[in-house]
Amino acid sequence: MSLAAKKVIRDGLWTNNPIFVQVLGICSTLAVTNNLYNTMVMVLGVTFATAMGSWTLSLLKDLIPRKVRMIVQVLVLSFYVIIIDILLRAYQPAISKQLGPYVGLIITNCILMGRAEAFAAANKPGLSFLDGIMNGLGYGWVLLCIAAVREFLGFGSLFGIKVTGASFTPWTIMVMAPSAFFLVALALWGANTYKAKAEAKSKAGAGAGKPGAANPGAAAAAKR
Amino acid sequence: MANAPNVGLIPLFLASILTSNILLSNFLGTCSFISISKDFKSSMGLGVAVTMVIGICSAVCWAVLRFIIEPLGIVYLSFIIFIIVIAGVVQMLEMIIDRFSPSLYMALGIFLPLITVNCAVLGVILFMQIRSYNFLQSVVFGFGSGAGWWLAIMLLASIRTKLDANSAVPAGLKGTGITLITIGFMAMAFIGFSGMIAVQ
Repeated sequence: MSLAAKKVIRDGLWTNNPIFVQVLGICSTLAVTNNLYNTMVMVLGVTFATAMGSWTLSLLKDLIPRKVRMIVQVLVLSFYVIIIDILLRAYQPAISKQLGPYVGLIITNCILMGRAEAFAAANKPGLSFLDGIMNGLGYGWVLLCIAAVREFLGFGSLFGIKVTGASFTPWTIMVMAPSAFFLVALALWGANTYKAKAEAKSKAGAGAGKPGAANPGAAAAAKR
Repeated sequence: MANAPNVGLIPLFLASILTSNILLSNFLGTCSFISISKDFKSSMGLGVAVTMVIGICSAVCWAVLRFIIEPLGIVYLSFIIFIIVIAGVVQMLEMIIDRFSPSLYMALGIFLPLITVNCAVLGVILFMQIRSYNFLQSVVFGFGSGAGWWLAIMLLASIRTKLDANSAVPAGLKGTGITLITIGFMAMAFIGFSGMIAVQ
């Protein structure tokens, strides 16, 4: 169990990161990444919805007929998104207004359906919950990095607090849509290059390193 | 219900295609956009399907919003209701196309179920709700956004067929990376239209 949990944590945050590897769910959240605070709210929302959705669907997996599986998944997920929306409206009305339709769009964020289908449909509720959290966070840290760059260069501030001097000229492009695409691409490029290097290294030192690296996965599969 | 914004239909149509393109300025529908745009023919099919679904769904959802959700005061349930309407419309469209045009069904068949979870559809409907468009504006906005998405995917697919044959792209950037950068450049080009018409 703990080995499986460790694998889930590593997969979500890095090996199978929703943005770098699965390239999922970038739709609805790119739009809010020009501001760190909004990004954080979105990331927390996505993490909550993915985790709770995966947990619920994993509990229900034996009860749902295969034919209506998709629609049940969407309904369960939209239930959690509605909770987020109501909470935001009540406690953070300004943020809710700024995010506008993007809170509702968490429903169609591919990560939610992707994890429900790929993981929760075949795993225990506890592990599915962890998988949801880790995927949300794996998605979150990448987006927060992007948001930090965009807010810093675009407004000269971090979390709305001015950090640059008066002489700083904001980069207008960072506030607009194209920069989000460029930054995600750059992050992806960096991650891919790093991975390729790490792989080459592990291949070079194959003798001792390889069995150790292959084992956790196999053990996790056996425990299931 | 708040009053509909005072926007002409033709400017609204052009704006939803060019200046506030649903994909390039609002980032909606990026997932399927990246995975499908590898292939020109599939892009065409998906573009047609998305345009049809968004157009029809925005009309149906407008009616549902106006005659069911608002009179009953269940605005908090609107996400679930919209999703059900979209899924229903997609399912019905699938059956109708299958019945009347099997060849079109063969071409579009695999894409239709995907559209239920395409963020562009729900996104357009939520924008329509927030901006409180009237019926004609909703329909025009729906079809315009769909057409904008279609235009964007066709442009990207044609660029990608050239780009993928080019081996000068660094290894780490191949595939999704370079596609995202291409989309970024397209988005910059589309910003050039924004002086023409502005509808928000």
